[in-house]
Amino acid sequence: MKRVYVNEKWCLACHLCEYYCTFAGTGEKDMARALKGIRTNPRIKIEEKDDISFAVSCRHCKEPLCVKGCITGALTVSDGVVTINSDKCISCFTCILCCPYGAISYADDKTVLKCELCIRTADRTPACVKGCPNGAIVFEERG
Amino acid sequence: MRVVKYVIIGNSAAGIGAVEKIRQLDKSGEITIISSEPHHTYSRPLISYLLQGKTDEQRMKYRDDDFYKRNKCTFLAGKTVTKICPDNKYVELDDKKTIPYDKLLVAAGSSAFVPPIEGLDTVKDKFTFMSLDDARKLQASLGKEKKVLILGAGLIGLKCAEGILDKVKEITVVDLAPRILSSILDDEGARIVQDHLERKGMKFILSSGVKTFDGNTAILDNGASVDSDILVIAVGVRPNTKLLAGIADIDKGIIINDRCETSAKDIYAAGDCTQSVDVSTGQSKIMALLPNAYMQGECAGANMAGADMSFAKAIPMNAIGFFGLHIITAGSYYGDVYTDKKDGGYKKLFYGSDRLNGYILIKNVDKAGIYTSLIRERTPLSSIDFSLICERPGLMAFTKEERVRKLGGADL
Repeated sequence: MKRVYVNEKWCLACHLCEYYCTFAGTGEKDMARALKGIRTNPRIKIEEKDDISFAVSCRHCKEPLCVKGCITGALTVSDGVVTINSDKCISCFTCILCCPYGAISYADDKTVLKCELCIRTADRTPACVKGCPNGAIVFEERG
Repeated sequence: MRVVKYVIIGNSAAGIGAVEKIRQLDKSGEITIISSEPHHTYSRPLISYLLQGKTDEQRMKYRDDDFYKRNKCTFLAGKTVTKICPDNKYVELDDKKTIPYDKLLVAAGSSAFVPPIEGLDTVKDKFTFMSLDDARKLQASLGKEKKVLILGAGLIGLKCAEGILDKVKEITVVDLAPRILSSILDDEGARIVQDHLERKGMKFILSSGVKTFDGNTAILDNGASVDSDILVIAVGVRPNTKLLAGIADIDKGIIINDRCETSAKDIYAAGDCTQSVDVSTGQSKIMALLPNAYMQGECAGANMAGADMSFAKAIPMNAIGFFGLHIITAGSYYGDVYTDKKDGGYKKLFYGSDRLNGYILIKNVDKAGIYTSLIRERTPLSSIDFSLICERPGLMAFTKEERVRKLGGADL
């Protein structure tokens, strides 16, 4: 299955992936307009320190601890993609307790947020991958 | 090949975990799942959210409506197993029907402990808070003019309090322990959460127990009295071990090994009725919490279906919140302590002998799972940048090789 992988060597810490991710979730046409004045809640986040940086998003684990731990059944695996049913989620944060990558986040007014590989978008290519200007984030099949 | 008969006692996380795993591995075996409760599998911890109005009975189903059909299992709802006969390999139900098994899973959960307090029988409206039926009954008796007394300031008592606070006149919580949430918080952390709950309007009487009840009046052991219209008893739970008495080894809970086997042949156990090794201390204990229950059920299911799976990474862990204040804790609280109270938050990390033993996070719970994994995996702290990870959990604290492995897919 294709997943998002990151190569920290090529990451510029430009944070564009975070903006594209947030934009992909809005359903708007124009990014500048869509993001104006809102607090971004990306499902991919840059970690940076000194001259090292890399993006972290859901790994879509084969044995996902978040799904196994989910108390409501809101997190499920569908064709290998760990997805969240926001209607069932009650923001207990057990998934945040379980995820060893720190890849699940939250926003005050929403249920938990996680990468779903843009499966709900038209062309099914993750927006972070398309938007990364340096090829540091790729969407590919690996062993 | 002969069709294997799987019988599962219990319809919550552990039982469901077993069904899902068995069906992954064995498409033709016969699975029978038996539940005393007459309901489709539902998420037990959601009953407080149900009262609060944050979910409903449809959305709190733990799995979709077609779960039993899709997994080709026979669901015996509202039937109670009264006896297990390990010699002839069958279980007997309350209607005297018998069901043969090749592999049996006991995932019978736990029950509310009701302490023998003098005069308890004189209290008219009293409830426990463990099941959907408990929640429905409590809901039916709520009212804006009612005063509620909750015995027990643990996870169940306080979630119940949160769920009903704006539906009753007042809530008083009484607990023998000197602090609230004593199983997951230290004194200082408990104080923060108690202040928060008091600001929302709850009252607490700690280091006190009820000596006697006289109808609607509870007389405390310090002589004070509390009047209430509704009593909720949430002092603790006891594992349901009775079915295996005299059949398998039982301590406080049913004793299981890393394969979720009991000491009896072809009988497995998982979830809140069991006790197993807590890897943060190396000691055997009851860890009644949903993620462990699911993973034990899954492990039992795999082994029942002939695979070889081990679940040796159980630790106590909890994510809980009250009125928007989030708390995440895991592991055990011993060793040296790192404390951080910036921005109104509260973080304590407990470590020693090159390992993280436990943590408490209140308010800022970002990336808590990275700490959880350090405990579960017993990661040597000398192999990571510990001072960085103390400050903020992140993959940055791992070596470059480790990061490449984690983000490059080798770990998946």
